[in-house]
Amino acid sequence: MLGRSAWGIFWMARYLERAENTARLLDAGFRMALTRGNTVASDEWRSVLVTLGMDDGYTGDMSGPAITNWLLRGAGNDGSVLSMMEAARTNARMVRTAITREVWEVTNESWMQLQSLLAKPVKEADLGHVLDVIRRQATSVRGAMEGTMLRNDIFNFARIGTHLERADNTARILDVKYHVLLPSAAWVGSRLDNAQWEMVLRSVAGERAFRWLHAGALDPKGIAQFLILDGRFPRSLTYCLRKLTSNMEWLCRDYHQETAAYRMQKEASDKLGKTTITDIFEHGLHEFITEFLATNRLVADAIAADYRFTE
Amino acid sequence: MPSTTISSYDEMLDAEGNVRPAYAGYREWYQAQSPKWLEKQGKNAEDVFRRTGITFNVYGEDAGQERLIPFDMIPRIITADEWKKLSRGIDQRVRALNAFLHDLYHKREIVKAGKLPERLLAQNEAFLPEMVGFTPPGGVYTHIVGIDLVRTGPDDFMVLEDNARTPSGVSYMLENRETMMAMFPDLFTKVQVQPVSDYPRALARSLAACAPPAAQGSDRPVLAVLTPGIFNSAYYEHAFLADQMGAELVEAADLRVVDGRVCMRTTRGWRAIDVLYRRVDDNFLDPLTYNPDSMLGVAGIMDVYRSGGITIANAPGTGIADDKAIYSFMPEIVEFYTGEKPILKNVPTWRCSEADALAYVLDHLSELVVKEVHGSGGYGMLIGPTSSKGEIAAFEKKLRANPDNYIAQPTLSLSTVPIFTKAGLAPRHVDLRPFVLVSPHGINITPGGLTRVALKKGSLVVNSSQGGGTKDSWVLAE
Repeated sequence: MLGRSAWGIFWMARYLERAENTARLLDAGFRMALTRGNTVASDEWRSVLVTLGMDDGYTGDMSGPAITNWLLRGAGNDGSVLSMMEAARTNARMVRTAITREVWEVTNESWMQLQSLLAKPVKEADLGHVLDVIRRQATSVRGAMEGTMLRNDIFNFARIGTHLERADNTARILDVKYHVLLPSAAWVGSRLDNAQWEMVLRSVAGERAFRWLHAGALDPKGIAQFLILDGRFPRSLTYCLRKLTSNMEWLCRDYHQETAAYRMQKEASDKLGKTTITDIFEHGLHEFITEFLATNRLVADAIAADYRFTE
Repeated sequence: MPSTTISSYDEMLDAEGNVRPAYAGYREWYQAQSPKWLEKQGKNAEDVFRRTGITFNVYGEDAGQERLIPFDMIPRIITADEWKKLSRGIDQRVRALNAFLHDLYHKREIVKAGKLPERLLAQNEAFLPEMVGFTPPGGVYTHIVGIDLVRTGPDDFMVLEDNARTPSGVSYMLENRETMMAMFPDLFTKVQVQPVSDYPRALARSLAACAPPAAQGSDRPVLAVLTPGIFNSAYYEHAFLADQMGAELVEAADLRVVDGRVCMRTTRGWRAIDVLYRRVDDNFLDPLTYNPDSMLGVAGIMDVYRSGGITIANAPGTGIADDKAIYSFMPEIVEFYTGEKPILKNVPTWRCSEADALAYVLDHLSELVVKEVHGSGGYGMLIGPTSSKGEIAAFEKKLRANPDNYIAQPTLSLSTVPIFTKAGLAPRHVDLRPFVLVSPHGINITPGGLTRVALKKGSLVVNSSQGGGTKDSWVLAE
């Protein structure tokens, strides 16, 4: 396949995943705002911006409607859900011959639907519906890929994009919330604390799984362990890294060539496999995540170079 | 635009309002449908086109916007007998075009025989000196041709234009049929229509049969479609054809000459292309040979081409054959190379470069259609009968200043085919572009083609950039 097509499908998958994650974060923030006072809520909205790395470019007020509209459809906001769906769709159009008709159609339709849904500012009363639509769209595209695409290099480049982006996203949420997750005698057990944890879990669609696994108990170490190390949870760092490694391994086998990116990825994945949550907290959660994100970036760059995404 | 007063041949109904044989089966079906339901189906079709992304990009004011070409659900129908005659004429014309191109770039017998003035070649930008003395792989110049036909009577099909460069629109031919079959499956069990769906496979086969010397021995030559990119007006078609042929869709940035071959940058490294179906104009093809600012071409591709490393389809320099100044010589050209009388007529044409013709044209501007020799897309032309005095006067100035740049033709009463409107069926003017494939094994004409229809009442301009739409074009089974 063309290097440019691999690049296009990789970014198409990343944009789709990022759009979905942004919707999930907004949903969690929205939930928080409904149940907490204004001060707490505006802190929460701020943390949504920080998590997405978009606090610098934002000049509006810290109210829910202002921030949700900025993140969904802000004019000139390249990181808005609408911009990302458009970017995903442009990439899909560019790699039209590499994806199936179903994948293209569901991507194109999602963008068309979102365009009309987000043509005007979203009212608070409609926010739930809009976020729901965005999550469903992501599910439909994923379903079309899963159900119709040949399991070849094209598919693997898409999966690599998805898992890299997802790992990035979970790590960022943890990073922003790390101060609440650090065991601190003063906070443990307070109502605010519980709400914050709920928020973290909700934003990665993990609240139900976590409750089921931990019989309803919320504890910071348990949540961190779940989001970082539980290989059964599809948004955990361990899960994403394992998948990433196996997608890259597939490419190496298919191409009969072990790449630098794969070796780097394998090493990171193996290392994470031997890490315990105690190691992470002793080393410092923030430091751990900073290193994790840096490695992810290096791997992404190495993939682009190994597979000739650009000249 | 005021409507024309010329009476036209209607393809569905005769002067007494009786249905013609071609449309008998269809009309019977049509009359049994509820207009409300048909209207709803029409809207659904539009949604399908949007969802599928069958759009064309608009240049200029709304740059970057994707638009739909309006689709009309009433098919344009041709009988098997009419088609047989048309195909013979098209086959003859396309054979002549290829022989003509070969001759122009080699011995120029036609010029020596005094049938074609040499100055037409000498001053023509479409003539490429780089092609002189070179024969493309398989001897094929025009791998894909779109012949624009208009009809003025029961037996009167005329060629309006020979598109021998990079004719577009074939994706609409295929998608229109798909859409019709999805909308009205029962209709196709009632009326037997010759299929068009084999076109992409035929195109792939035809291109593969023209593999260059460098690919000899490989049983599956590597095909690629070269597109200017996603902002090109026909991008959808480029992607569609590549997808249907199982070929890579490449852009200039993917290509480079490596070890004497034109290669594409793949995830596994540089891979040589054997046959390149380019949808980029000649002058952008090779910045080393032509336009040095071109970002759409490949530096050095012409050298690779001439040394047998790649096949370019259509061959560079074929534009000379569909030039409007050459067009007026097509009857002589057909006869010269085939030894036969032309089966398809040309539209009578006055060459304004000739003093007598110019004098006549200036006297009859209000009756004639005047076109730029190198123009296309319906721009830069005058349609006398529907233009105001002011418009004619303004055009006359341009014509007098540069007569060589123009040809004139009578205003043809293009045939009409009904379109669906809320008020019922209404006749509109149409043309037809059948698609022709040429390979060393022969000529393949897909039964049907692209019917363009002027949706405005009385309008004769069918171009999609100016309010034209498309129809599914049927050739009935024998």
